[in-house]
Amino acid sequence: MRWSRYLPLGSCFALLTVLTLATALLLFSSPDEKRMSIYSNVANYSVSVVERDNLDYVALLELLEPLGTVTAKASGDHWRFRYKQIDSEFIAGKHRARVQGSDLDLPANFLLENGRGLVPISSLNALLPRFLGGPFAFNQIARRLFVGNVAIHFTAQIDKTTPSKLVMNFTSPVNPMIATEPGRLRMVFTHEAVVAPGSQTLTFNSEVIPSASFQESNGTAELLITGNAPMMASFSNDGRTITIAAPSTTPPLTQGQMQSPAGPPPPPTVIASTGAPFAGNKHVFAVVDAAHGGDERGAALREDLPEKDVTLAMARALRTEMTARGLTTLLLRDGDLTLSLDQRAATTNSSGAAIYLSLHATTEGSGVRLYTALMPSGAASRGPFLDWSTAQTASQATSQIAQAAVTAELRNKQVPVRSFSAPLRPLNNITAAALAIEISPTTNNVSQLTSVEYQQLIAGAVATGVAAIRDRLQAERR
Amino acid sequence: MIPRHLLIAVAVMLAVVLAMSFYGWRMRGRAEREEVRVTTRAVAPPAAGPTEQVTLYVAYDDPGSLHARVVHIPLPAGRQERAEELLRALVEIYLDKFSPHVLGPGSEMRSVFLVDPGLAVIDLNAAFANGHRSGVLVEELTMASLVGSLSANIPGINQVKILVDGKERETLAGHVDLTKFYDISAVNQLVTQLETVQ
Repeated sequence: MRWSRYLPLGSCFALLTVLTLATALLLFSSPDEKRMSIYSNVANYSVSVVERDNLDYVALLELLEPLGTVTAKASGDHWRFRYKQIDSEFIAGKHRARVQGSDLDLPANFLLENGRGLVPISSLNALLPRFLGGPFAFNQIARRLFVGNVAIHFTAQIDKTTPSKLVMNFTSPVNPMIATEPGRLRMVFTHEAVVAPGSQTLTFNSEVIPSASFQESNGTAELLITGNAPMMASFSNDGRTITIAAPSTTPPLTQGQMQSPAGPPPPPTVIASTGAPFAGNKHVFAVVDAAHGGDERGAALREDLPEKDVTLAMARALRTEMTARGLTTLLLRDGDLTLSLDQRAATTNSSGAAIYLSLHATTEGSGVRLYTALMPSGAASRGPFLDWSTAQTASQATSQIAQAAVTAELRNKQVPVRSFSAPLRPLNNITAAALAIEISPTTNNVSQLTSVEYQQLIAGAVATGVAAIRDRLQAERR
Repeated sequence: MIPRHLLIAVAVMLAVVLAMSFYGWRMRGRAEREEVRVTTRAVAPPAAGPTEQVTLYVAYDDPGSLHARVVHIPLPAGRQERAEELLRALVEIYLDKFSPHVLGPGSEMRSVFLVDPGLAVIDLNAAFANGHRSGVLVEELTMASLVGSLSANIPGINQVKILVDGKERETLAGHVDLTKFYDISAVNQLVTQLETVQ
């Protein structure tokens, strides 16, 4: 027998048909699969929901299996099902079932598909008490089943001292999926039995975060927080508290409004971060980032002086100096808060700022060191998307111009200054001009780092250097 | 009545068991001490064998720069072993009493893996990173010193990755990024910057 080197024409057509059908199946299959979530003291899980004759059905065995021992046996049209010690019998195509020896009428016919017994979702309120025995609550529209006392309640209120901070306390730890979009922060609870507060819509006495709404659908609960600024969610209290915070920006001050650098620092207010662009801060010129913060203390400059405190004081001083020169400045953190490097970069990039200034402090060396990002040679993004790790590449030349301008101004002020590149995140993730500024005392006295005069000297020089190339930075702005 | 020879035999066996137990206990203690000693000491280059001339980029905290230092050290024949001995010699300088760039006690370069084409993986021990001083420049000097010394003496390396105890670590001591693969040409430019005292 001789084998052909080529596939027969019929086989080619068959292969093409299979490929076309598979592609069509992938393309036209519904991305929003119907789900039902079950919350119990044993497990929180979800099962798929199928639609038959415009009714939603769920497989009874899959629904109850995680809650206790189940067995099922199909024999012709009959389907015998046992949950723990409770026996039941269903007949395919019939709406009458028998559970624990007594009959029960389902609102629609029972279905048997490949050995799987499907019951209409609308029958669960009548069916489940026979099997579960204990208390349960079933939200049929949202397809959420609560077995026992498992509901998680929450309260939401605006922080009294900080109107741009919303504090939400939950009765149990939660870990929602969080997404941001312009003017909104969305929290989706899939595996947590979060239930609605007293009202579906919550309004707050805050211009920054005016309202929030709660809704349930397809086995999930969703909390939508509306804001007029980018928002960031942070977790605390072992996941029982979620704080939604919006940034603080300071508009340029007029000469008459000028704050005294020696005056008391502004109250520790809010921190910002989301990937969302925001209408209220279109004119942010600079983002100032006090490195470290919260759990991340940075270097121990002295036993009682963490780096995070010095960077925050310096950041506030720099904001004052920048604002005095008409440069609207956003402080990434204006309090002691943990921010990831990705959050810092995302907020900076979405703000559309012309320059990013990251502040560090050390006891090593003398004076100031300015860093641009150390980028791999020839690094460049391809296509319409920017590579996150080398996003700085296109702005590196502008960063070096800013580095030179600030260096010159610090030298004018007789401050020792050196310039390098450094593998220091998030400089490489920033899509605008980006500089890191590391400040050390010019004497052997660490206390100089906390001196208002020293901070003002350096902040003034940096702000003057940035202001000197304002037009160039503005032109390069994305 | 138990026969006398049986009593003597039992007594001798008991004595042997006791002696063996004592010996075993002593041996275990010695092995544990040896293990501790091996894991905390800094490994020195081999004292024997012909020496070779190499260039090490040594970090100086004052004034915060790198200096090329030519040293003669015995080096084995294998490329990977040479890379390891080279960096151990560098770490020895930093652990010396008159170190220009002090590392924490117990700092050690565990091993270097050379992966073709052109990747070198430097594995530091936990004491190296945990005891390192925190700061942008002080951490950068360490990184540039290790990577620059390696690339200057082991040809064919294009990228370097630094691990700590065999695992990726976010930063060396809070600043310098250790998640990236260092591009040798970029680090060489940095070495040039750090050699220049402005």
